[in-house]
Amino acid sequence: MNKEEVLKLAKLARVGIGEDEADKLSHEFDAILKYVGEIKGAQMTNDQIPNSKPDLRNIMREDSNPHEAGIYTEAILSQAPQREGNFLKVKKIL
Amino acid sequence: MIDISKLTIVSAREALKKGEFTSRELTQACIDAIKSKDGEIHAFLEVFSNALAQADEADKQIKNGVDLPLLGIPVALKDNILVKGEKASAGSKILENFIAPYDSTATQKLQQAGAVIVGRTNCDEFAMGSSTENSAYGPTKNPLDTSRVPGGSSGGSAAAVAAGFVIAALGSDTGGSIRQPAAFCGIVGMKPTYGRVSRNGLIAMASSLDQIGPFTKTAEDAEIIYNVIKGQDRMDSTTLDGKTFPAHGHEGNSREKSSHLTIGVPRSFFESSLDKAVLENFNQAVKKFESLGYKTKDIELPTLKYSLAVYYILMPAEVSSNLARFDGVKYGLHVDGVNSIDDYFKTRGEGFGPETRRRVILGTYVLSSGYYDAYYGTAVNMKAAITKELREAFKDVDLILTPTTPTPAWKFGEKSDPLSMYLADIFTVPANISGCPSMSLPSGEVDGLPLGALLTADLGNETALFEAGKSFQG
Repeated sequence: MNKEEVLKLAKLARVGIGEDEADKLSHEFDAILKYVGEIKGAQMTNDQIPNSKPDLRNIMREDSNPHEAGIYTEAILSQAPQREGNFLKVKKIL
Repeated sequence: MIDISKLTIVSAREALKKGEFTSRELTQACIDAIKSKDGEIHAFLEVFSNALAQADEADKQIKNGVDLPLLGIPVALKDNILVKGEKASAGSKILENFIAPYDSTATQKLQQAGAVIVGRTNCDEFAMGSSTENSAYGPTKNPLDTSRVPGGSSGGSAAAVAAGFVIAALGSDTGGSIRQPAAFCGIVGMKPTYGRVSRNGLIAMASSLDQIGPFTKTAEDAEIIYNVIKGQDRMDSTTLDGKTFPAHGHEGNSREKSSHLTIGVPRSFFESSLDKAVLENFNQAVKKFESLGYKTKDIELPTLKYSLAVYYILMPAEVSSNLARFDGVKYGLHVDGVNSIDDYFKTRGEGFGPETRRRVILGTYVLSSGYYDAYYGTAVNMKAAITKELREAFKDVDLILTPTTPTPAWKFGEKSDPLSMYLADIFTVPANISGCPSMSLPSGEVDGLPLGALLTADLGNETALFEAGKSFQG
């Protein structure tokens, strides 16, 4: 992996990094990917490959009994870095 | 003067019941010990201002004859477990001033059991690391040798128990983050079966692997905490009901006595990565189990060696998705940029530390189109194959024993390249990949530094872990 690829990934991940860090990461990623890439060569026999039905699946609950509107609003909005009334404040998007 | 380092949950509960000391006196002893020694160790990020008030409340109940498993017992929580109204930063600058708006389920259960929550402990940022060197608030030191790391990521919780600051603590374990620091600090650390303890209110790292568990001095104490915090929770849809895993053989009639439990030892999985002294320490642990009446047998688990590679694909993938929520808009740090998208780059670039940035970007890579099948897809299949191999093995043995770590605690700065740090998790990761419960027990010392013996059991078979742990510790 080269520096430019790392910078592109960082952009996709919305993480601002500098050129030096990208360069360092590119070497580290080469080592890490070489190690984790081992599994690409691992031969799995047919009975090791999982069947399509996993043992554990998400359990959904009924979408009912909502709590009273607004009781958590202040607790949640008080954590926002910027707010205006009961809205989160952001820069213009369009 | 109460010496916390000598107390277990069992002995402290006994003394509280007999009136030998009050929970206030006990909690004050914790606070005093923290004040005098934590300047050097840095296990705590904060001691909660209401700790003594919680103790007074417990004393009232004790006086009224109330008996609860943790009534009046001072405990600490890793900084990624929410306590309503208190800061929870997950060791990150991006959450430096975040106040938890609700209690985690584990917190609620501790409180209902009467525990006094003394404070929050240091950890690697978002639980990513094996040494606490990745905390944005500076590293924790190993109380047994302050030139060395306490392990991680729950290093603060391990150090807090080992240093005698609290009687027990909670941590979270995604790839070994409870068991590895427990081994490095000479105490017991336990990761329950995935889904046994609710993750509601645990700041997420890799959701398919994360699990909350206890740090204690004894396996008996670990069992007490486990029984308090476990249970299905409507706030975490991955939690299990009591019937998900059928009762295990040894719980039935035929194999009731612990002396009949069989321990499998997958020597070819770990032997080549150990030096002589660590291997000798491990062999002593095997002999001890044998002298206690356990049968041991060598087993082969050829797929297990891929566990760490699988982990370093699945974990960063989940990290990159989970940490997308930190956007500088809803909560946490906000760093202003020139426009809306620049706000994201600046907030996340400055708010996340180097290891977090590394894993978020690595996760983005393994999930990107073109690489997804080769990395993530293969890792998901391999995870299933590893789980299957382990579950097959548990038809034949009740427990699997390995060392917890390839080495004892290392010195600060010794592992400067990320891959060498990652390899420290090599023996603990299979339990996260498979979801199996696993516990590290203190197994003596090499050159004055503690080591751990790691027991792993089949899904849902915590009972075997505690049984073997209790008899190992005598």
